[in-house]
Amino acid sequence: MGKKNRANRKTGVSKGRGAGNMDRRTFLRRSGLSLGGAAVAGMLPFSYMQKASAREKEKFTGQTDIEIRHTICTHCSVGCGVLAEVQNGVWIGQEPDFDSPFNLGSHCAKGASVRDHGLGDRRVKYPMKLVDGKWKRMSWDQAISEIGDKLLKIRDTSGPDAVFWCGSSKASNEGAYLQRKFAAFWGTNNCDHQARICHSTTVAGVANTWGYGAMTNSYNDMHNSKAMLFIGSNAAEAHPVAMQHVLRGKENGAVMIVVDPRFTRTAAHADQYVRLRPGTDVAFIWGLLWHIFKNGWEDKEYIRQRVYGMDEVRPEIEKWSPDVVTDVTGVPEEQVFQVAKTMADNRPGTIVWCMGGTQHHTGNNNTRAYCIFQLALGNIGVSGGGANIFRGHDNVQGATDIGPNSHTLPGYYGLTEGAWKHWARVWDVAYEWLKSRFDLSQQYDSGDGKPAYTMNIPGIPVSRWIDGVLENKTNLSQKDNFRAVFFQGHACNSQTRGPEMKQALEKLELVVISDPYPTHMAVMSDRKNDTYLLPTSTQFETYGSVTASNRSIQWREKVIEPLFESLPDHVILYKLAKKFGFADQMFKHIKINGEEPLIEDVLREVNRGTWTIGYTGQSPERIKLHTQHRGTFNTTTLKAEGGPLDGEYYGLPWPCWGPPEMKHPGTPLLYDPSLPVAQGGLTFRARFGVERDGVSLLADNSYSRGSDIKDGYPEFSADMLKQLGWWDDLTADEKIEAEGKNWKTDLSGGIQRVAIEHGCAPFGNAKARCVVWTFPDPVPLHREPLYTPRYDLVSRYPTYADRKSLWRLPNRYQSIQATDYSREFPIVFISGRLVEYEGGGEETRSNRWLAKLQPDMFAEINPKDANTAGIKDKDWVWLEGPEGGRIKVRAMVTRRVMPGVTWTPFHFGGWFQGKDLVDRYPEGTAPYVRGEACNTATTYGYDPVTQMQETKATLCRIQRA
Amino acid sequence: MARMKFLCDVERCIECNGCVTACNSEHDVPWGINRRRVVTFNDGEAGEKSISVACMHCTDAPCAAVCPVDCFYTTDDGIVLHDKDLCIGCGYCFYACPFGAPQYPQESAFGMRGKMDKCTFCAGGPPQDNSQAEFEQYGRNRIAEGKLPLCAEMCATKALLAGDGELISGIYRERVMKRDSRPDTWGWQKAYNFKS
Repeated sequence: MGKKNRANRKTGVSKGRGAGNMDRRTFLRRSGLSLGGAAVAGMLPFSYMQKASAREKEKFTGQTDIEIRHTICTHCSVGCGVLAEVQNGVWIGQEPDFDSPFNLGSHCAKGASVRDHGLGDRRVKYPMKLVDGKWKRMSWDQAISEIGDKLLKIRDTSGPDAVFWCGSSKASNEGAYLQRKFAAFWGTNNCDHQARICHSTTVAGVANTWGYGAMTNSYNDMHNSKAMLFIGSNAAEAHPVAMQHVLRGKENGAVMIVVDPRFTRTAAHADQYVRLRPGTDVAFIWGLLWHIFKNGWEDKEYIRQRVYGMDEVRPEIEKWSPDVVTDVTGVPEEQVFQVAKTMADNRPGTIVWCMGGTQHHTGNNNTRAYCIFQLALGNIGVSGGGANIFRGHDNVQGATDIGPNSHTLPGYYGLTEGAWKHWARVWDVAYEWLKSRFDLSQQYDSGDGKPAYTMNIPGIPVSRWIDGVLENKTNLSQKDNFRAVFFQGHACNSQTRGPEMKQALEKLELVVISDPYPTHMAVMSDRKNDTYLLPTSTQFETYGSVTASNRSIQWREKVIEPLFESLPDHVILYKLAKKFGFADQMFKHIKINGEEPLIEDVLREVNRGTWTIGYTGQSPERIKLHTQHRGTFNTTTLKAEGGPLDGEYYGLPWPCWGPPEMKHPGTPLLYDPSLPVAQGGLTFRARFGVERDGVSLLADNSYSRGSDIKDGYPEFSADMLKQLGWWDDLTADEKIEAEGKNWKTDLSGGIQRVAIEHGCAPFGNAKARCVVWTFPDPVPLHREPLYTPRYDLVSRYPTYADRKSLWRLPNRYQSIQATDYSREFPIVFISGRLVEYEGGGEETRSNRWLAKLQPDMFAEINPKDANTAGIKDKDWVWLEGPEGGRIKVRAMVTRRVMPGVTWTPFHFGGWFQGKDLVDRYPEGTAPYVRGEACNTATTYGYDPVTQMQETKATLCRIQRA
Repeated sequence: MARMKFLCDVERCIECNGCVTACNSEHDVPWGINRRRVVTFNDGEAGEKSISVACMHCTDAPCAAVCPVDCFYTTDDGIVLHDKDLCIGCGYCFYACPFGAPQYPQESAFGMRGKMDKCTFCAGGPPQDNSQAEFEQYGRNRIAEGKLPLCAEMCATKALLAGDGELISGIYRERVMKRDSRPDTWGWQKAYNFKS
């Protein structure tokens, strides 16, 4: 088989390939046949292409040592399957995972580029520390010993709350869970992750409306929608593969509406595009509901049966007549009417929102307004409807559910004594011992003037860690300021107020960055010492489970061994736990191989404790089986058709009730009463009591199919089982465990099992509520952004009064809004995603194939504003925020943004206020592309409920550089 | 006999650059070269459309017609390939090509300095199929493995189709029929003087 001669080339006749006896054209005919078959079958999915298998590769290349490993893309919450070809431990190729019901082989730019992780030439390769401004290599042992000693010294003098432990939405479920557990054993709630600044207002707003703070349906279910309303979501760039399902829904006849201040690439595919002024979502939604109620388009029967408090919202909605809505939002009256009518005429309709809706100091009002809109139309709990909240990072859903959150223990149990006792029982450690780990020297203001120990006060969240460092310590609800931070998998350029962040970093006594890349944090400050880089593996170098946005859990195989000297999150946490002397307690029931905690055991512990949201049924064995047989699931319903998992839903979307042996199939659509609970049906959760002011909060004549109770009912407890006469359905062993417990704390799972056997939802059957009486705004109100371009509206729609202590810190509202910045800073400044990059971007900007597609940080400026400022396309400009942060970026003059609004991507870093910091990176680790972090110029402003930062409505001015 | 074609469904293309990146990764395309690009019209304005473009593997390829050293050849599957050992990097094909497909290395050479490089429909080139020599000069040969071009196989929204022209046009035709209430398909206004 020599080199082919020229004659052969001309005809393309290619005889004698590597191996096998089938020639090229025979093979093509074969693939052509299956292609034809698929085409006859209809539209998508076209899984006609040949599936990759190692055997095929061998057949045609003669290479026999290639293995195919299956994992999940680490770049967003869609959960795309990745097939990696590995030869001698080297990641040499990537094939489409046609079997995955989520991506059917597809990838966006980021997903198609993940093989670059296996090359990793810009990675942090070994532990390092800054010594007089120079990076110095060190051993792992030395690093852990030095970092550990410094942290223990800080703990001795300032207490455990003086350290901020930042975890990650990019960790696996097991890694994220250990990050939370680690903080608990260290003795603090000062831990957090990206969800705080991504969808925290969704989680709180939505959970407080109907029970769980998660995407109700799935990407795939959008095939069934008749209308799709995107508000503050740019799926084409943030969740590109989700667009496959969206466009399939559109081709099935759904009307697609995009509401966004920016004409996004998603808007380019919409039937209707509505441009609204940033920060006016509540006004717009009330404007829609004004028409819906005026015309009687609301679903009256649905509201009667399943919704509480709609009447309390209506007086507020009545204030939003078309002229008022147009004045505040800038949307023409006829457009508002058209959207309202379209959504009313095309049911079921779904609503999709992302960070355009959440990142406001009134974010909880926005998310709740969206929910109320869907409830009015009767769109929740039905296929094709739902609140399809597209989450951001690949495992932000899982990390929110069971990971490092400063306000709760895993599973949304909260921080009450009962919550701690529950987890102490699961962890098999004494509650008193756990308590002794915390600062018990005194009590602090827990937010409403009530004193509490820090064990029971939410920790300082990641959006505010700089205030934890800089705020006068007498104003803090903890003993001392942060003196050290440990960031594991979190970019600091995603948080606001750059100049103050630099100041905070310089004040800290210790900064530890545990990350595959150095990150912006390593270079943005003038620190010279006491800064450590710990080389940390990506999720391709370890294994574990990951939760997609639709609550499905998938299993990742390890693709390659950890690169260079890097170690996975859970190994690093084990090393630190050992150094601090609590490893034996923390890993009591988790097997340790060498220094690696066994991932399966970690997940089993999660299964044992997380009853609230049904993370109990997804044992490692079941998840692995699902991932293995992913090709047997229907790509619209996600239900397995035949095969070993017949009738189960892909990835056992939570809640997957009871212990794994109960074989619950997972819940594909939340709150869908058309199915029995045992088959994935559900009611709204009874979370807020049974009555308020004499009015029942329980569902009225509505119940899930097959329910023995044909009406609303409260959440299940041992007492309730006895009252119902179902107590004896428990086994003798279950009775011992269940006595005095409820569905959330009964570790036997007996209470859940019996409830479900009677067709009931363990968490009760209530109405969704439109009024959240525990929130600052029980009925969502429009409030102008802290930095608003319409200062004339502040008197009518003012922000909140300042608060002395929320989340352990003072919160400023009115005192900021008291000043009118709109004259000096006339342009509204918002930010968003580019398809090529992700999050803080260090990882993707270090990826050759992605970096070459987006080499410059830029700001989109409308031609009108550009001309007024004398700016031409591609000019360098200074964009300056009202708090003094300024960034030097290229101008992109485009009508994508409207006059008076500028937009920048938020993935850039490695520059600070005009200066490229390339010299500050350890040698060979500077990302290929560097640029200004947009958040250097963003401003103060935090949601009072969750401390979400206000980055989707602030002000700036732009001048030629 | 198959006649291999690309077809980009602009109603589906979201300009995500998945195709571009898939190509870069599969063939280890060097910095400065993109065998495939996504072109956007009316960027940021109503009517914005994107289309993924690479070598269209023309039946009567203009590049081949003008090549002074006759380095182009068409395989039996209708794929237009070229021989980098013959190519002199003159750039005539670049002028002739209506799609801007031919690329020229900027920094490091792709195989050899200055030689033209373009989309191979993942079919490699003259050296032995799936040999190291073929990979280094032309990239991987998926066709020889019975697979289709990775750009299309990985397309985020299945906008980019690759395969036997008859089959992919059938798929596209079905989509157009399904969308009949929305004749906003790219080119329709022009072809049929349709007023929206």
